[in-house]
Amino acid sequence: MNGWRERAAQGIFALAALVSALLTGSIFGFLLFFGLPLLTGGRLTAILTQPWAPYQGAYGIAPMLAGTMAISLLAMSIALPLAMGCAMLISLSGPGPTGRLLRKAVAMMTAVPTVVYGFVGIFLLVPVVRQLFDHGSGMCVLAAGLMLALMVAPTMILFFCDAFARVPRDYGLAVLALGGTETEKLLYVTLPCAWRGVLTGTILALGRAIGDTLIALMIAGNAVRTPTSLLDSARTLTAHIALVFAADTESLEFKSIFACGLLLYLFTAVMVVGIRAAGRRRPGR
Amino acid sequence: MRTTIAILLAAALSLAFTPAMDAHADALAAFAGQKGEIRIAGGTAHIPVMMEAAKRIMTANPDIHITVAGGGSGVGIKQVGQGLVDIGNSGRKPKDEEVSRYGLKMFQWAVDGVGIIVHPSNHLRDLTQEQVQKIFAGTTTNWRELGGPDHTIDLYTRDASSGTREVFWKKALAKGEIAGSANFVVSNGAMKAAISQDPYGIGYVSVGHIDGSVAPVAFNGVEPSLANVKNGKYPIARGLYSNTKGEPTGLVKAFIDYLFTPDGQQLAADKGFIPVQ
Repeated sequence: MNGWRERAAQGIFALAALVSALLTGSIFGFLLFFGLPLLTGGRLTAILTQPWAPYQGAYGIAPMLAGTMAISLLAMSIALPLAMGCAMLISLSGPGPTGRLLRKAVAMMTAVPTVVYGFVGIFLLVPVVRQLFDHGSGMCVLAAGLMLALMVAPTMILFFCDAFARVPRDYGLAVLALGGTETEKLLYVTLPCAWRGVLTGTILALGRAIGDTLIALMIAGNAVRTPTSLLDSARTLTAHIALVFAADTESLEFKSIFACGLLLYLFTAVMVVGIRAAGRRRPGR
Repeated sequence: MRTTIAILLAAALSLAFTPAMDAHADALAAFAGQKGEIRIAGGTAHIPVMMEAAKRIMTANPDIHITVAGGGSGVGIKQVGQGLVDIGNSGRKPKDEEVSRYGLKMFQWAVDGVGIIVHPSNHLRDLTQEQVQKIFAGTTTNWRELGGPDHTIDLYTRDASSGTREVFWKKALAKGEIAGSANFVVSNGAMKAAISQDPYGIGYVSVGHIDGSVAPVAFNGVEPSLANVKNGKYPIARGLYSNTKGEPTGLVKAFIDYLFTPDGQQLAADKGFIPVQ
């Protein structure tokens, strides 16, 4: 009886894993099927070098690729130190009220829908950026990057905290017994031991940053131009798909967004593989 | 920001306060005893009228549910053609090719202008067509060149699905270029919000959306006012269409008919459009 149940459970889990893997695979296949014809026969260079001017028959998406990279990397470079510091504070203050309160606040922040962040960004952040730098509309890479950092940081903090908490208490106690300080314990024992969790949290957050549509759509300005400064208005691949999706399904314009989807998929994959590879090179403990 | 605006709550609230139907009773009689759902999407200029009509109908008859979404004219035409919604609104006349592909039936119930707007603190109130073309093409980049302060011009435009953009591009820009530096917003409401916040911005909206938070700019000396659109002096005008796939029936027909009743036409006028009857 028990063995039967065991096998049933195993079967169900295997099925779930298979379905998820197949879904991811078939999305890639779908994108490849529709996007590949746009990328072969020298059209890849066209799509990467031409400007986006659908009325003139040019469907280049390089500005959007640059926009995605600029905004998501900016967001990550703000969010990573922020999340690391916050997670360390929560872990340092341990079960005390500060840590508990902070953790609760962070957990709540992960549940806020992105549209709320976008809304807050439009009415609070964009005017500040505009007045502070007096350059353009205030809808720019910087505004979107800041807001996106705020959105992905809570996910990272929770992941980091969990990773820190999984490090055996004895290790930390040993450091303290040897005369180390709390800070030394965190830096030299907890952090290296929790490395995998930190990596996973970072990858997840990066995925969210690259994949997010609404924040960029609402506050990055969506200008079709490669941003040359943090204060330039920019359009991400995701926002581009959302904006063009409404176009006539028969048009080349519409078909070109499959190439966008494919590039987005590949870009995310490359980033994830890259971070994993970088993480593996680091000594485990 | 393809927001579906659920208005059931508003209807429920007004139901609580107005138990009896008074002035609108005649026009709403067609909905008596009917039941069901009407899904509306598309043009964002139409939304104020659609919402108010929906509210009145749902107040008179709680068995009817009406949802109003935006998305833009392109989305409206596409979604009604594919059967995703019952009524697809468009701020431009559907193209012949769209009409034949989807078998669309179109109903133009109002005329609307597309007005150029700036922030109220901006003293510019008049532009020639040539100036407008240069501003939107990115040739004129500083307000100083137009007699304003020494500050760059922040351009705002709409996405490809927008009928407002299509009409503005054809009639004001004479199909001229729109600079790559322009910011994109996704509805008439978002355009108004963006310009009302940006002292150095310039954009264009449905005349029905112009209020005290933004300042209208005259085009070739003609102000984008209701009167000027009506008498044909203001050239950047278009019809507001509600489209159905094939001849409308039942509730959908009643809704379209309502837009053409004196009540519905008055509603269009109240929201800043020019009724067709």
